[in-house]
Amino acid sequence: MAFAEVSGSLSAIGYGLAAIGPGIGVGIIFAAYIQSTARQPESARITQQWVWIGFAVVEALALLGIAFGFVFSSGTPG
Amino acid sequence: MSSPAVGLLASPFPPGVGEFFLPSLWEAAGPWLTKFTLYAWVAVGIIMVFFLVAYRNPKLVPTKTQWMAESIYGFARDGIATPMIGHEGVRFAPYFATLFCFILLTNLWSIFPFVQISPNTHIAFPIVLAVISYVMFNYLGIRRHGALKYFKTALIPPAPWYILPLLIPIEFASTFIFRPVTLALRLFANMFAGHMILLVFTLGGFALLESSSWFIKPLSLASWAMTIALTFLEALVILLQAYVFVVLTASYITGALAEEH
Repeated sequence: MAFAEVSGSLSAIGYGLAAIGPGIGVGIIFAAYIQSTARQPESARITQQWVWIGFAVVEALALLGIAFGFVFSSGTPG
Repeated sequence: MSSPAVGLLASPFPPGVGEFFLPSLWEAAGPWLTKFTLYAWVAVGIIMVFFLVAYRNPKLVPTKTQWMAESIYGFARDGIATPMIGHEGVRFAPYFATLFCFILLTNLWSIFPFVQISPNTHIAFPIVLAVISYVMFNYLGIRRHGALKYFKTALIPPAPWYILPLLIPIEFASTFIFRPVTLALRLFANMFAGHMILLVFTLGGFALLESSSWFIKPLSLASWAMTIALTFLEALVILLQAYVFVVLTASYITGALAEEH
């Protein structure tokens, strides 16, 4: 009997790895927003919409990972 | 999942894509009348009735309903259209308000008690919305600048000639392929993943409850508590996705109408 056995699909681990990049990217976006508003509070309204656009664009990468995980999983559940 | 009577509780634990293909509500209508189409129509009905009632008898000092309708429209006009597009953005404000309300309401079904699935978990609905935005910004750009100048400014960035063979395909892909694709996929994947996460914790609770060990059974309560917590996260995502979809549409229109890059 094996000491530690992995069964099923590795796609969850693959997606976890794929989410690292967008995770860092989203972190950088909000860090930059917080920094810019701390330095110049009156710019908060101006930069806010670009924060959401940038967030959405970066987050799309992680969401592509979710979608393609199901698209390319050859019929196996999970 | 073949019969609706089997229901949620009998679903196997790791939920799969099958959970999103619900049976038809009425045999004769086939796939044209499922929960998804029904909820989409109900959302459209709610939006139409709400705005018609709110503006049926407008007053100078608004009533509560009129105030709500005016703040939704005001948000689309003064929060998105004017700051992003400028003065001429006002004429897009009605479309933005409609788009925002439609996405918000159809998304809201995913956390509405006893419904808890959004039409936007099927990519067909986001694709249609993305195609409207895609056709809209290209049409506006071509009408403003003429086809030749529009594609020239969209495809050829001001850069040295030797880098253009690399830049033109990138610009083409990002403007004319990735924009509509990501617009549709973002909304779809957010709602899909949100529903999947809620399913994992709900069904996970039942899977833990069926465990033979009495030390594991109580953990199902923790799993269901996570479901409730994640429903609040989902509420945030719903609002954000409706906003982001409209803001991105506005930003694409701005890019198409801009004089020179």
